[in-house]
Amino acid sequence: MIALVDYGGGNLKSVANAIHALGYEFKLTSSPEEILSAEAVILPGVGAAADTMAGLQSKGLDKAIKELVARDIPLLAICVGMQVLFDYTAEGDNTKCLGILKGDVKRLPEGLKIPQMGWNQLKQRVSHPIFEGIPDGIDFYFVHSYYASPADPGIIGATTDYGVDFCSLVISKRLIATQFHPEKSGSYGLKLYQNFFKMALGDKK
Amino acid sequence: MLNKRVIPCLDVNNGRVVKGTSFVNLRDAGNPVELAARYYREGADELVFLDISATTEERKTMAEVVEQVSKEVFIPLCVGGGLRSIADMNTLLRAGADKVSINSAAVSDPDLISRGAEKFGRQCIVVAIDAKREGSGWQVYTHSGKKPAGLDAVEWAIKAEALGAGEILLTSIDADGKNTGYDNELNREISSRLNIPVIASGGAGSPEDLYNALDKGQADAVLAASIFHYGRYTIAEVKQYLKSKGLPVRLEN
Repeated sequence: MIALVDYGGGNLKSVANAIHALGYEFKLTSSPEEILSAEAVILPGVGAAADTMAGLQSKGLDKAIKELVARDIPLLAICVGMQVLFDYTAEGDNTKCLGILKGDVKRLPEGLKIPQMGWNQLKQRVSHPIFEGIPDGIDFYFVHSYYASPADPGIIGATTDYGVDFCSLVISKRLIATQFHPEKSGSYGLKLYQNFFKMALGDKK
Repeated sequence: MLNKRVIPCLDVNNGRVVKGTSFVNLRDAGNPVELAARYYREGADELVFLDISATTEERKTMAEVVEQVSKEVFIPLCVGGGLRSIADMNTLLRAGADKVSINSAAVSDPDLISRGAEKFGRQCIVVAIDAKREGSGWQVYTHSGKKPAGLDAVEWAIKAEALGAGEILLTSIDADGKNTGYDNELNREISSRLNIPVIASGGAGSPEDLYNALDKGQADAVLAASIFHYGRYTIAEVKQYLKSKGLPVRLEN
């Protein structure tokens, strides 16, 4: 079962449409038990990091997400969903985050328009099944003012240049996190979802 | 490098896409769901839907259109026209829109920008400004270009950014529907003073017009309607042209 985490925010509709377009079913859930019994989990994200953290904490989902990563249940975290995996973010008043990944979240550098809004290239750092069928340098859709800066450069799967060459995709065992929105990134975005489901579920739908 | 965006605009009236000149003389341009799917396949970077009747009944139709489009079109969707409240925004975002655009309501109730940004994130809130040349500057008009707002367009754009707008959709009323090029003085004046993206709108007649809005006008994105609706150019043709002129655009989709 694919679990789509509902913590009271996020771009649930867009993610749901992408999952359905690929022929998969999912369960929209805010139950820690259901999330921990899933075969694959998607943590969507839109909006402010502090709201996301508050939404997760109010439902006990913060502990569930830490636990599922510890158990190596496949997780796809998107945008703010990626940012809250780190130790803390500069957004708001240095909001404390989940601390699953070591590192912090910084504001994009001054001088360019913020938020970064639009299509930018993913420079793949590693060869990995998540990139199957996706050529290096393909554009994905970004909308964000902050970016994650992992302490361990080994988890950087791809980078993107916007005033700074920032980490736009994390690969840490079976955890994949993207700063961009694959559900809004056309056919290559759908391909990335497909690759994640294949990694998590094999050929099963 | 961040690409310049090419955004087809679908003005919707009674469930059909229409296009006029300086906001009047409407012509039918097709079914919104079919047209949206076609633009997606052709490589549109984003889509904007504007409900130009802006009635309560029509807003329901618009939510249905967005719901259908979002099932098969996987690029950002922005919807505007007659939105007056957080509840209106919520209806369209829940239907599958990624951004909402507010115009007249933002002028009469500027705090709506802040409330929307706080509730949905500032990236969700697009402030649409319809501007008309008056003297040495531009005046803001509301109610589909009919009513002068008594605001200077540049000052209003700066204020909208400060209140929490994530993006400005800037339409020149003088240029709209004439296919003779964007008002690039207006575009440059506003884009160069803001730190949020500006979408230039009104007046596209050729790929060169789009290039000028992005280059001379310093816009981050260009909106166009009739050049695409009536098949004069495809999105791919326009993007190839922009690329040949040295602008970063997304060609593989």
